Amino acid sequence: MTSITRSLASPKVLLRAVAWAVYIALGVGILWGVVALVRLQGPVFFLQAVLDGLRLGFVYALIALGYTMVYGIVRLINFAHGDIFMVGAFTSFYAITQYKWGFFPAILLAMFVCVLLNVVIERVAYKPLRNAPRIAALITAIGVSFFLEYFTALKWVFSADYITYQRPFKVVVWNIKGILISNITVIIVITTVLLLLILRYIVYNTRMGKAMRATALDKPTARLMGINVDGVISFTFALGAALAGAGGVLYAIAFPQIVTFMGIMPGLKAFVAAVLGGIGNIMGAFVGSLLMGMVDVLVVSFVPMGSRLRDLFAFLVLIIVFLVKPTGIFGEPEVEKV
Amino acid sequence: MRRKFSIPSWIPTVLVAAILYIGVAYARAQGKISPYWYQVAQLAAVMAISSLGLNLIYGFNGQFSLGHIGFYAVGAYGSALITKDYLTKWSGNPVGALSWIVAVQIGLLLAFFVIGRMRLGALRRKMRDALSEALKPGEIGIISAIVLLILAAAGLAIGAGASYGLHLLLVQGLGRLVAITPKPVMEQVILFLALLNGGTMAALLSYLVGLPLLRLGSDYFGIATLGFAVMMYTALQNSDMVIPTMKGARGMVGIPRWTSWPWAFGALVFSVIVMRNLVRSSHGRAMISVREDEIAAKTMGVDVNQLKTLAFTFGGFFAGLAGGLYAHLYGFLHPSTFNMVKGFDPLIIIVFGGLGSMTGTLVAAFLFTFIIEGLRVILPQGFEDWRFVIYPIFLLLIMLLRQQGLLGTSEWGWFRAPLPPAREIPVPDRTVVRQQPAAEKES
Amino acid sequence: MDDQLLPPEAAYSNRLLDIQNLSKVFGGLRAVSHFDIAVPEGGLYGLIGPNGAGKTTVFNMITGVYAPTEGAIYFDGTDLVGMPPHLITRRGIARTFQNIRLFQNLTVLDNVRIAYHTHAGYGLVEAISRLGRFSRQERILTERAQDFLAVFGLHNRQLELAKNLPYGEQRRLEIARALATQPRLLLLDEPAAGMNPAETDTLMELIHFIRDTFKLTILLIEHQMRVVMGICEWITVMDFGQVIARGTPRDIQNNERVIEAYLGTRAGRGMALHVAGS
Repeated sequence: MTSITRSLASPKVLLRAVAWAVYIALGVGILWGVVALVRLQGPVFFLQAVLDGLRLGFVYALIALGYTMVYGIVRLINFAHGDIFMVGAFTSFYAITQYKWGFFPAILLAMFVCVLLNVVIERVAYKPLRNAPRIAALITAIGVSFFLEYFTALKWVFSADYITYQRPFKVVVWNIKGILISNITVIIVITTVLLLLILRYIVYNTRMGKAMRATALDKPTARLMGINVDGVISFTFALGAALAGAGGVLYAIAFPQIVTFMGIMPGLKAFVAAVLGGIGNIMGAFVGSLLMGMVDVLVVSFVPMGSRLRDLFAFLVLIIVFLVKPTGIFGEPEVEKV
Repeated sequence: MRRKFSIPSWIPTVLVAAILYIGVAYARAQGKISPYWYQVAQLAAVMAISSLGLNLIYGFNGQFSLGHIGFYAVGAYGSALITKDYLTKWSGNPVGALSWIVAVQIGLLLAFFVIGRMRLGALRRKMRDALSEALKPGEIGIISAIVLLILAAAGLAIGAGASYGLHLLLVQGLGRLVAITPKPVMEQVILFLALLNGGTMAALLSYLVGLPLLRLGSDYFGIATLGFAVMMYTALQNSDMVIPTMKGARGMVGIPRWTSWPWAFGALVFSVIVMRNLVRSSHGRAMISVREDEIAAKTMGVDVNQLKTLAFTFGGFFAGLAGGLYAHLYGFLHPSTFNMVKGFDPLIIIVFGGLGSMTGTLVAAFLFTFIIEGLRVILPQGFEDWRFVIYPIFLLLIMLLRQQGLLGTSEWGWFRAPLPPAREIPVPDRTVVRQQPAAEKES
Repeated sequence: MDDQLLPPEAAYSNRLLDIQNLSKVFGGLRAVSHFDIAVPEGGLYGLIGPNGAGKTTVFNMITGVYAPTEGAIYFDGTDLVGMPPHLITRRGIARTFQNIRLFQNLTVLDNVRIAYHTHAGYGLVEAISRLGRFSRQERILTERAQDFLAVFGLHNRQLELAKNLPYGEQRRLEIARALATQPRLLLLDEPAAGMNPAETDTLMELIHFIRDTFKLTILLIEHQMRVVMGICEWITVMDFGQVIARGTPRDIQNNERVIEAYLGTRAGRGMALHVAGS
């Protein structure tokens, strides 16, 4: 061994130089890539894309949080969550178009209806399966998802057609040196940040939040400590649904076309975002969602045929992150106790 | 436990299979069932093959895959390209696609073999040891990554060269074969080759996908494979950008409808035999041990990664084979057949039938297909939309009432693990040895 | 207390297992710190210490389940660090687990046959086609597995599911399964945990028996002092990840640091000397 090391003493410098050349090449490559992107269509276009990406990311975050909280507590990939999001969009649509409600009452109503729906679903479909194998609950979630999609697609419910969503306010666009910012963006950001702050407060500063965190860590022990675990789980589903409902309204405002199957892809993307950030981690879900939104919009803006390939890239990012860090960006490595 | 009388367990199983086969074939010949139901029966066999594959991956090996539909799609499109080529010469040569597909697969296998023989892992460890005193870990990582990449690229280049050469040979050879063989025979041969290649393509792809992803934990693996399925779906929607004849989102047409009940049933029998023999062997038991307790399996000397890859590859093969049959059943392929919603079908079938039960999968696949397709016919006019409203309610009820699925893990007939042969088991006498432990120790 | 690693009579004999300077850090916790042990071929060696002393972590590092932070584990002259668990097992180390880890939904026979997997002696093609060596090898494999079961008196329950066995039999099955990998070194992690005195007696007899018949070296973790003192020839005591004493059972029983670790000043940690039969 020592002889090998000694013989390498002279090429050592060379090898080190090669390694550093690679480092520098990587750095330059990334920088060049960013510069090339900016120059491709001009910095205004680039910044606009980033901004749009963030806007989409904020909406994803609202859905992703529901996924991540539910997964954190009952280890269930709640496939029906995307459809709750859809119900939120439709509720606000009816409130706004038929009853001429304003934005705030509409979003509150959407949140309320979603909460009600999700709690009922949890009680009826998931609670009886609490002690069943996890796959049973997952299949049930898939079933609930199908049910929500196809039931609402019936003619006398929402119908299966694309419906144009009427925004409850006039769109105002400000032009800042070529970058267009609409009041939609402002509303999305403000609403999302507000909801996230409330969520943060609930999870970290209230008794219920403490109970949630305890339940996520260890259900039997939490129960022994006198925590009403079933109540906590219902509450978690309710919180997730409220956020998803708000997300549905905001998404519909940003992309004003709704259909009962609209929840599938955003739901899936938001879920991927939650996983990307490290599932069970609220901060992770938020960061992952912003990343996901950015990838979506940047691919559409800069990749040739990007609008057709965006889903492919979204999942490519997921798989790359998995290969580098298998539990997501903020996820803690799983150590199995032996 | 031991049964007194013994008819060999395969006899009733073969009988049931024969009755099923002859029943459907006879009913069709007599006109007792319409072409529609005849097709449904074939579809059920196809679903059964695909679900068996997923049951191997998830039910027996415990790896939660949501990407099965992706491999099914690869098999479908891959085999459709081959037969469509024979019929319409879209590549300019009736066996062009077939030659390329076979050649590329063999080239890839060759490349894997070459790269495998390079023992890259050991090489990396050696480099790490040799350089550990001279350089920092990050720098060693970069250097070894460069060396490994160059070597891997060399392996792939060898494979690529071999594929090209092989392709030329195959075009000539197969072209001659097509010229001398009568057309009806050749059609069957082409279909056979197409189905086989559909399976092997999917198997190769699962091997490639599984290699990095199977290291992930169970749920993460599920999500990653789901990602693979969505990527595959998106790729298929844009497939016309690469191969125009696949027609992307408009759907691929012009595929010969060659799948028949004998083909579908024959493929099912083949899959069942392969699957059952695999599961009821030492390899199969080791696979199941991975599901039961991965760490215990490792400490029993089971190469967990190898077995996961094995199960995933076989599962992929079954999915590809089923996909090929599907493509030639309807003669039309559309990406939406392979979307996420449809992707849940095999998962639902295996959970419904019982995870880790081949019998359950077979029964559930037939029941599921007949119920889903049956609802189309049974529901009165104007209520067709209710099909997917009723179906999830079924699903919920089944999960609420019978969580372990129809059959749990129990098996019937030939599918059961064979009993060990009856024999007198010698019981060693412990007490004798214990009296002179010192003497034993000396020896 | 002298700090020699080996019992005197074995000092020059073959060191089958030789662990040097082994450490494991979990986050900020130093679970095992500069641990040394040398086990001579054919020895029956005990590793004891209060709960959380790091004994099981040592086992996990030997079997490759956890990667050590530093140190070397020589088994028959080869360093095992960095080797995947299944290769370590194939080199001849088998173990049982503290909280039994059987293949619950498989039969007793299959549990043992899986451990025999690497010696199956037929390939994948032979398995699927049922040709070639398959039938013969499968029969041999089954018979060997049954023989192992017979040693532990489990041959009459070979077709039952492992999870349906009573606790004591599950423990024995786990040892049978470990033996079926044909090890040279057997690691037993609290084999007598949860057993009543009669079962413990049988177990002690068994451990002696298998050591002698299968020519094994055994390293065992145990809490019941009766077992440790009754069968171990040499004992290493750990506390807080470190070796605090080595010696014959008699030495250890009178060692003040050991008594202190178990009972003395840190009794508040909730540990107690497990007195035989209590």
